Amino acid sequence: MQVLQFELNGDPIEVAAPPHWTLLEVLRYRMAMTGTKQGCDKGDCGACTVLLDGQPVLACLTLASNARGRQVTTIEGLLPAHRAAGGSGADPVQEAFDACGALQCGFCQPGMMLSTRALLNRNPEPSRAEIQEALSGNLCRCTGYTQIVQAVETAVAQACGKPAPVAAWQRDLEEN
Amino acid sequence: MASRDQHGTQPPWGESFQVVGKPHRKVDGRAKATGSAVYADDIQLPGMLHAKLLRSPHAHARIISIDTSRALALPGVRGVITGADLPTKYGVIPWTMDETALAVDKVRFIGDPVAAVAALDEDTANRALGLIDVQYEALPAYLDPRQALEQEGEPIHANKRGDNVSKHVELSFGDLDGAFEGADLVLEGDYSFHGSTHGMIEPHCAVAQVDSAGLLTLWSSTQITHYVHRALAHVLDLPAHRIRVIQPCLGGAFGGKSDPFALEFVTAKLAQITGRPVKMLWTREEVFYAHRGRHPMQLHYRTAVDKDGTLRGVDAKILIDGGSYSSFGLVTTYYSGQLLTGPYTFPSYRFDSTRVFTNKPPCGPKRGHGSVQPRFAFEVQLDEVASALDIDPIEIRRRNFLGEHTKTVNGQRITSNGFLECLEKVERASGWCERRGKLGRGRGLGVAGSMYISGTNYPIYPNDMPQAGIQIKADRSGVVTIFTGGNDIGQGSNSVVAYLVAEELGLELDAVRVIAADTDLCPVDLGAYSSRVTFMVGNAAIDAARKLRKQVVQAVAEKWEVDPARVRLVGGFALDLEDSERHIPSCEAFQIAEARFDTLGATGSYNTPTLGGDYRGGTIGASPAYSFTAHIVEVEVDEETGRITVPKVWCAHDCGRALNPMLVAGQIEGSVYMGIAEALLEHHQVNRFGLHAGPSLLDYRMPTTMDTPEIEAFVVESFDPEGPYGAKEAGEGPLHSAIPALANAIYDAVGIRLRDLPFTPAKVLAALAEQREGAQQPQPTV
Repeated sequence: MQVLQFELNGDPIEVAAPPHWTLLEVLRYRMAMTGTKQGCDKGDCGACTVLLDGQPVLACLTLASNARGRQVTTIEGLLPAHRAAGGSGADPVQEAFDACGALQCGFCQPGMMLSTRALLNRNPEPSRAEIQEALSGNLCRCTGYTQIVQAVETAVAQACGKPAPVAAWQRDLEEN
Repeated sequence: MASRDQHGTQPPWGESFQVVGKPHRKVDGRAKATGSAVYADDIQLPGMLHAKLLRSPHAHARIISIDTSRALALPGVRGVITGADLPTKYGVIPWTMDETALAVDKVRFIGDPVAAVAALDEDTANRALGLIDVQYEALPAYLDPRQALEQEGEPIHANKRGDNVSKHVELSFGDLDGAFEGADLVLEGDYSFHGSTHGMIEPHCAVAQVDSAGLLTLWSSTQITHYVHRALAHVLDLPAHRIRVIQPCLGGAFGGKSDPFALEFVTAKLAQITGRPVKMLWTREEVFYAHRGRHPMQLHYRTAVDKDGTLRGVDAKILIDGGSYSSFGLVTTYYSGQLLTGPYTFPSYRFDSTRVFTNKPPCGPKRGHGSVQPRFAFEVQLDEVASALDIDPIEIRRRNFLGEHTKTVNGQRITSNGFLECLEKVERASGWCERRGKLGRGRGLGVAGSMYISGTNYPIYPNDMPQAGIQIKADRSGVVTIFTGGNDIGQGSNSVVAYLVAEELGLELDAVRVIAADTDLCPVDLGAYSSRVTFMVGNAAIDAARKLRKQVVQAVAEKWEVDPARVRLVGGFALDLEDSERHIPSCEAFQIAEARFDTLGATGSYNTPTLGGDYRGGTIGASPAYSFTAHIVEVEVDEETGRITVPKVWCAHDCGRALNPMLVAGQIEGSVYMGIAEALLEHHQVNRFGLHAGPSLLDYRMPTTMDTPEIEAFVVESFDPEGPYGAKEAGEGPLHSAIPALANAIYDAVGIRLRDLPFTPAKVLAALAEQREGAQQPQPTV
């Protein structure tokens, strides 16, 4: 056992875990923060993506001891941080994913939304190609990524006060 | 029951829908967005043990002996079981029960579960697996379906015939011989479709707990709670009323969580033995071995046509590689022929399908169960017919349109049919007329069409009870709680029932709660398969809500002393249509009704009408309504590398009525993605020992954002007379024709006919080389 201290979603944490445990195991099994998902446990799917000092990392490939003294953000941390900053509702990324249909089974989405949050923090107006590249480490099996990209573009448009993108099916319904 | 009391396609109140047809958020959207949704592996119980499976290293072997004593002696191990502890055979189809939770006497594929351990943690359980001594006698393995068919050694399963045939179906309709003799053109060809797997991001997981009174509760990542419930009672020899099965939030399924698995039986058994909660979570590698994915098929098709492109007859012979167990294979074998008889009409048809066992991970239902493979072969052959006759590929599909409110050659009743509008939408959106054939060599457009079922009237096990049931309860607070056995697997079925009940009772969505897929709380629904949930559970939900609505309206009308026709429930209020001053909130209306009628609740149900052809197997594939789809795919073929890229796909899908067009579009887009993925990148295959070629998401080459085409989805509404407000399925149909449309686009781009999936660069280069040598030609015989 080793005792780790780090910051989890803004709170100071002290937790004991075996030295070979990954950050994913500590989050899920010690902290009961189960919003971070295990899809493959070998770094292929990206479902376990969390932010380490603001950078997206795969929690299943990150030893928990690597988080020592650093800031960890999980999906559970987005809404409270948004409220603490004076916002209402959930984080605009979460709102956009919900409003655009990007949450089908929802299992890959915590990682997807954290990758998005990290992208928008460093680049508030990404192009579609930049969005696709930033999310290319997160596999989704339900959506064909279409409504996910639309959700990110919607969040960007709202932040910039621009009109939200319109999908083919929306245009078609409006015309008929 | 609802099938005898149709609800119609019109809004229940006035001229327009209040909830239905709008892109509402999902009822579980906020929970999924914030990480608070609970999936099976998120359940942690005090004192919970962790279980692991020992799996066979042999593709085909007899088990000589198993010694678990060293594993049991390992500190931290609390239970070890083998096939002898769970010997009862099960299988999802009652006629073909050939599985046991853990192997008894024989193993049939690399990965077949042999023994199981429960220990304090996963590491200890994994160590204990290495201490179980199993002695095997290896048998020759059958890895190729033709070899399995011509087998000489011991068959994989004992049967009276002593062969490896899992199921054989031969059905013939109309005068096939006459059609072929009199035809202007006959085209004949071989096609092959490879295996692929579901690749849901959530691995299978189950948690079992036995309480002090002996009640077993099992949480499982299943898409069919009811069949798991039945199978547990059967295998554990426990009365069903001593078992509760709950499906928590589910992280994707696509058919891969339809069978009951060793997962559930073993976890439950170990919880019974140890008296402690037990969890089993499969690794990604185990998910690949569990499989139940797309059946590889070798398909031979003959098509007879007139000069003007009119189809006269279709003749198919199909060899299906089933893998090591039956699973849904009986249905797969029928579906391989039964679901081809639209959206085109042809007066004669025959199919001869044989499913054989091989020593590979078992195949089963993957999105578009059994019908994606024949659809590929037939739609490519139809394209070959169009080129041979010099008819536009869209035009030949229009000319052979089946029509609506008709019957197919194999006796299936067709109600609504929006296929022509689907074709028209993709034709226009893709710029087909202006762009096809004018994009230059290397770029092309291809089209294909398809149809699919909205559930069938074949209930897996014969019974006279409803296929879908719903209960609703209205509370004095104004909240309505819906109890549904339907399985929301991410497609949004919980949201759909909420939309329907909110529409009927004039409620805002935040006043509707959904409790789903808990066998103790919810009436039976047969589960999320065959694209049945929106249609059947949706009809049951309207049925229940209408009964409750009637009571509320009557009670309020009596209180106001007005005709009930004047009372409208809308937007969270009860209104008097003739007195705009008079309105009360829903909660008050419910209180008036509760005082008048007692505690408020209603049940609703759905069963299909009598359907299907009057012959053995005629009900399999007989659906109360069929969905229709058209795809156009644009490709770019790199003739130096053989690499195919898909810049864009247009897909129009007739879903009857879009109860939520955003969710329908999501199903279309996800289906297109999955079809293109399996055509170009994915391949579920084993090596010459039966070992999986690459059981990881990376090796399996699941597409990322960078590999997925731009997808334009179009919703076509044909307003089915029997669907809930006219709705039909949307989850599986839009996969089918993506694959042949891609193949046909490749032909348009560079003139090669690819008939052998997947379309790897090596195959493209080989076909281009053949083309240069002048060898690759279709073989029309006149």
